[in-house]
Amino acid sequence: MTHEMNLAVNGTTYPLTVDVSRNLLSVLREEVGLTGTKQGCDDCECGACMVLVDGQPVNSCSYLAVQAGGREVTTIEGLGTADDMHPIQAKMLEAGGVQCGFCTPGMIMSAQALLSDNPNPSGEEIRIGLSGNLCRCTGYQKILQAITEAAVEIR
Amino acid sequence: MSDPTFTIATSVDDALAALANGARPIAGGSDLFVGARQGKAPLPESIIAIDRLAELATIEATSAGTRIGAMVNHATLMTDPTVVADFTAIADAAALVGSPATRNVGTIGGNVMNGSPAMDTGAPLVVLGATAHLQSQNGSRNVTLDELWIGPSRTSAAPDELCIGLDIPARPERSGSAYVRLEYRRAMEIAVVGAAAHVALDDSGNLAEVSVALTAVAPTILAVDGLDSLVGQSVDDSTLASVAERASEVATPISDLRASDAYRRHTVGVMARRAVDAAARRAQGEQIAVPVNRALGIGASA
Ligand SMILES: Cc1cc2nc3c(=O)[nH]c(=O)nc-3n(C[C@H](O)[C@H](O)[C@H](O)COP(=O)(O)OP(=O)(O)OC[C@H]3O[C@@H](n4cnc5c(N)ncnc54)[C@H](O)[C@@H]3O)c2cc1C
Ligand code: FES
Ligand code: FES
Repeated sequence: MTHEMNLAVNGTTYPLTVDVSRNLLSVLREEVGLTGTKQGCDDCECGACMVLVDGQPVNSCSYLAVQAGGREVTTIEGLGTADDMHPIQAKMLEAGGVQCGFCTPGMIMSAQALLSDNPNPSGEEIRIGLSGNLCRCTGYQKILQAITEAAVEIR
Repeated sequence: MSDPTFTIATSVDDALAALANGARPIAGGSDLFVGARQGKAPLPESIIAIDRLAELATIEATSAGTRIGAMVNHATLMTDPTVVADFTAIADAAALVGSPATRNVGTIGGNVMNGSPAMDTGAPLVVLGATAHLQSQNGSRNVTLDELWIGPSRTSAAPDELCIGLDIPARPERSGSAYVRLEYRRAMEIAVVGAAAHVALDDSGNLAEVSVALTAVAPTILAVDGLDSLVGQSVDDSTLASVAERASEVATPISDLRASDAYRRHTVGVMARRAVDAAARRAQGEQIAVPVNRALGIGASA
């Protein structure tokens, strides 16, 4: 069956009719047209698809799109733009926390969830905050450094 | 298969009416939807979302103790002051679930009703003497978890029964609880084996009560029997060795990709011993941070 819903993404509400069995990731990418959120494993393992739903982190590949109806979804596009980057985005570039970039949107959304909850995280808390995100390129150290620096800037 | 129908419940009555009509509940969907995508079971034909029922997302004192609402998520369980202070083993377990996103989406009701023998909140709930409060349009009842879990991913709840919450009796004086698990990774991983313990001490610091339950070594969470002879003993090396021996003895683990039966049988004894040790130290007033795994360096290293 299809289901009618209002999906609020980054402050804009999209009236959509979607199949109930679709995941939020495919609806964001294919119906809303925001492709910043990535499909990695598509099986709730890698975190490339991380978005915020009502401010909290969600693996969008493994979440029914219809469950997000009436809730506020934030994707990487809602954080900053190329001209006006969010501090986490800027620090990721500066510290070299981005190589191929495929994990980056998900990493940044997890970091955003962490820092809005805990503006002054310890190194261990940052590791736990990012524990659902895999990166095949960077070896993580520069990502940890970027988020530590972003936390200081945001505070 | 045709695409399911989907409704969002706005009240418990709403949800119960939908269940009576054959719908299946979805809370966070981190078992239901992930399992369907992995081909374990198709999505139900009719789905009722219960994730907006704020009345099921509370932790409240009751005449008999505390009720943890079915929709309380793991992120709340690991930080809620009542859970951390009184039902510490549940907080230990919740803090180990998946990742921050899994802990945000996944609920205690979903964990319990999914009925996996590897569920992390299960063993803590068993040692704390919890019962599940189930409700249908025909009335409500409390069932022990032993009655609820009848096999891997199978419960005795009727299809029209909704889990409203978990009822946990008030804690005795000088008591503590703890949950530890063996894992290969610190995140996004289910338990290889795990153990929860509840301990109450008498005035001289000896065991007044001790109970242990095991994760992932039997078709359901396994309560360890035969520990009564330890009552009155001090919590020393020989007592802990008896706990380990008994846990390994009652376990009936399987071999799979992640561990052999012999390895599981041995390590669940080690986990049981550490759980009793940590629970006893908490009962003596020692502050061991949640989760015990991290505080004492059990399980995977960083
Ligand atoms: C990446 C990943 C990692 C995970 N790691 C762990 C882990 O470390 N430890 C662990 O224990 N689990 C883990 N899980 C499993 C899962 O996240 C938990 O079991 C979670 O608590 C399930 O809650 P949910 O609300 O998402 O359940 P759902 O998927 O919504 O529901 C699960 C089942 O319970 C039924 N149900 C849900 N709520 C009720 C209710 N109130 N009354 C009656 N029936 C109900 C549903 O119909 C369904 O059959 C993991 C899952 C993923 C995807
Ligand atoms: S794509 Fe969702 S976790 Fe990998
Ligand atoms: S930068 Fe390539 S996966 Fe992380």
